[in-house]
Amino acid sequence: MAFNIYDFTSFTEWIDQGLRSVMSPAWAVITELAIIGIVFLVFYALIGLILVYAERKICAFIQCRIGPNRVGPYGIFQTIADFIKLLMKELIHINKADKLLFNLAPFIVIIASFMALSAIPFAKGLHPVNLNIGIFFILAVSSMGVVGILLAGWSSNNKYSLIGAMRSGAQIVSYELSVGLSILTACVLIGSLQLSVIVESQADGWLIFKGHIPAVIAFVIYLIAATAETNRGPFDLAEAESELTAGFHTEYSGIKFAFFFLAEYMNMFLVAAIAATIFWGGWMPFHIGNWEGFNRVMDFIPPIIWFFGKTVVIILIMMWFKWTFPRLRIDQLLTLEWKYLLPINLINILLMALIVLLGWHF
Amino acid sequence: MIEDTVIGSIEQQEYTINMGPQHPSTHGVLRLVVSLKGEIVTQVKPHLGYIHRGIEKMSESMTYPQIVHLTDRLDYLSAHINNHALCLAVENALQVEVPERVKYIRTIMDELNRIASHQLWWCSFGMDLGALTCFFYGLRDREYILDIFEESCGSRLLHSYYTPGGLMKDIHPGFQKRVKDFIKYFRKVLPEYDQLLTGNVIMQERTRGIGNITKEEAISYGFTGPSGRGSGFACDVRKHHPYALYDKVDFQEVLYHEGDSLARYQVRIGEMWESMKIIEQLIDNIPEGDYSAKMKAVIKLPEGEYYQRVEAARGEFGVYILSDGGKTPYRLKLRSPNFSNLSAIDLLARNFKIADLIAIGGSLDLVIPDIDR
Repeated sequence: MAFNIYDFTSFTEWIDQGLRSVMSPAWAVITELAIIGIVFLVFYALIGLILVYAERKICAFIQCRIGPNRVGPYGIFQTIADFIKLLMKELIHINKADKLLFNLAPFIVIIASFMALSAIPFAKGLHPVNLNIGIFFILAVSSMGVVGILLAGWSSNNKYSLIGAMRSGAQIVSYELSVGLSILTACVLIGSLQLSVIVESQADGWLIFKGHIPAVIAFVIYLIAATAETNRGPFDLAEAESELTAGFHTEYSGIKFAFFFLAEYMNMFLVAAIAATIFWGGWMPFHIGNWEGFNRVMDFIPPIIWFFGKTVVIILIMMWFKWTFPRLRIDQLLTLEWKYLLPINLINILLMALIVLLGWHF
Repeated sequence: MIEDTVIGSIEQQEYTINMGPQHPSTHGVLRLVVSLKGEIVTQVKPHLGYIHRGIEKMSESMTYPQIVHLTDRLDYLSAHINNHALCLAVENALQVEVPERVKYIRTIMDELNRIASHQLWWCSFGMDLGALTCFFYGLRDREYILDIFEESCGSRLLHSYYTPGGLMKDIHPGFQKRVKDFIKYFRKVLPEYDQLLTGNVIMQERTRGIGNITKEEAISYGFTGPSGRGSGFACDVRKHHPYALYDKVDFQEVLYHEGDSLARYQVRIGEMWESMKIIEQLIDNIPEGDYSAKMKAVIKLPEGEYYQRVEAARGEFGVYILSDGGKTPYRLKLRSPNFSNLSAIDLLARNFKIADLIAIGGSLDLVIPDIDR
């Protein structure tokens, strides 16, 4: 076995060969799926814990506070303690709720984000499912989450929840367009929907640098729309703490609430990962033209660190948004999408197509 | 009454939600019964009484120095100013002239209290709009004022510092320095408030043209304080019926004429600047002398009716005393600014959205114990 931090291909192939030598090919595939599933479960929980902790520390930093500092050094075990607390809390039983949908909703939300994660290329050779319509798959699967939110609001038999769910429905359905179109702008330049191809094509320069102004516009629009799609501030209308107490998850308690909470952070990671992959070159190191020395130094940093580094930067930007801006009103939110972002996006796509046709891109 | 306009058709159906008594944005135990059509507010009915303590009735069996402690519990964010109203009423009834020093200290304390109150309003207004960081900025700066209060009055929120005739105790020796330090600090920090919230496009869009009330309507609803001045109603008691030292200091009455939530917001931000100006004029000139006039051990007001109004942080606060010559008032009536300001909430919020209702409630700066008494 040749474990190489720069290229996981040989490592994954070694596992594959090993499994195939002891069992039939069909069983090997099933075992591999199980392994990936377990790895993802651990990864999911880990990312959730880390992001919750990071958000608390960052919001504390922005708000002139210290943040969690009691459980463990610098409070690093705070989220674990909170998670244990949530696990032990009573699941409140609501008399007139639609029990099936009420219990189903958190799972739909969490499964949607879980499935979308599988198409993300984490590093060279570390790409669970390399679909030739990877982006399409991610968009399709991640938009399933809204069904969970709608069901949660509908089945709770609570007016606050219902308002939150309806807002969330309107919001996600609208912003899905902007997310799709801004990604499409990138796809026009690259000419592929396959995520591995998209990453490979950015070897000589990230898309945001290659694509002139349209790529920058697309990136900014994507960031706004993605923040809206994850229901985070300043677009957290579905929760809107000061208006709707807790919005669609008002009636949820204990572990079911934790599922919604975790899914929110996972979605944030997901949209940041997509942005990093499409606009910032995924796991590709930062290269400048023919500066050989500089490029070699950049190559020295492993791809997996590049990927997570870029994702973290985008997550930080999104957290920065959330903790400084007031919340929009529902009509302003929809106006922003339908009257500004969407027309800009459509023109932007034409502009990008023109640039590609005339060969003005780098 | 809330009735379904067309039964059976989902779009046409109105529904009611209970906002409060436990709700993050009603700032206490206010209960608003809100009728909605989708997101649009069709009617708001405030239900009061969740924190009614019968302060007016209790006062009838208490002596005047004791009642001072009850006035703290009305609008707990402007405790000094409420104390001031009762003390002035008693002093005027007895025709006691308080020492100059007391007037200076009372004026400074009132203005500090006003700043602290507006800071907390700014925090919670930001939070109502969803800007959570504001909350901590405001509280951080309010802490400086509360520390000053703690040093001199021994308490941070419910001071009961004023007594009929003067003050409970003299100010702390470090009072002047602390106040000057605070003013120096706050002059630097207040522009930060504007950078964080006032200049934000989302915030301006959320408040401009929301919750309009004209000057005539504001007067007829009894709007006072920053809420009234946001509609162009010049109602500053400090300016028009001066008490303490307000006729000697130079300050402006902050007036805006738009009558929307943004105007009310800007009045309060402007008032913080004006309050600092007032404090700066007085802080160096506090004369030496007694901290209290000579008062009898048992205060008995001569028979008659007495009324004193002051400018509290939220508007005109009035104390009406009907005395039968005894040591307790025969009847004590309090005019609280919040009660009148709340009364217009249906007019203000009708045909706006739920999110606007919250913003309007925030811009009125309601303190519920002052409404219920």
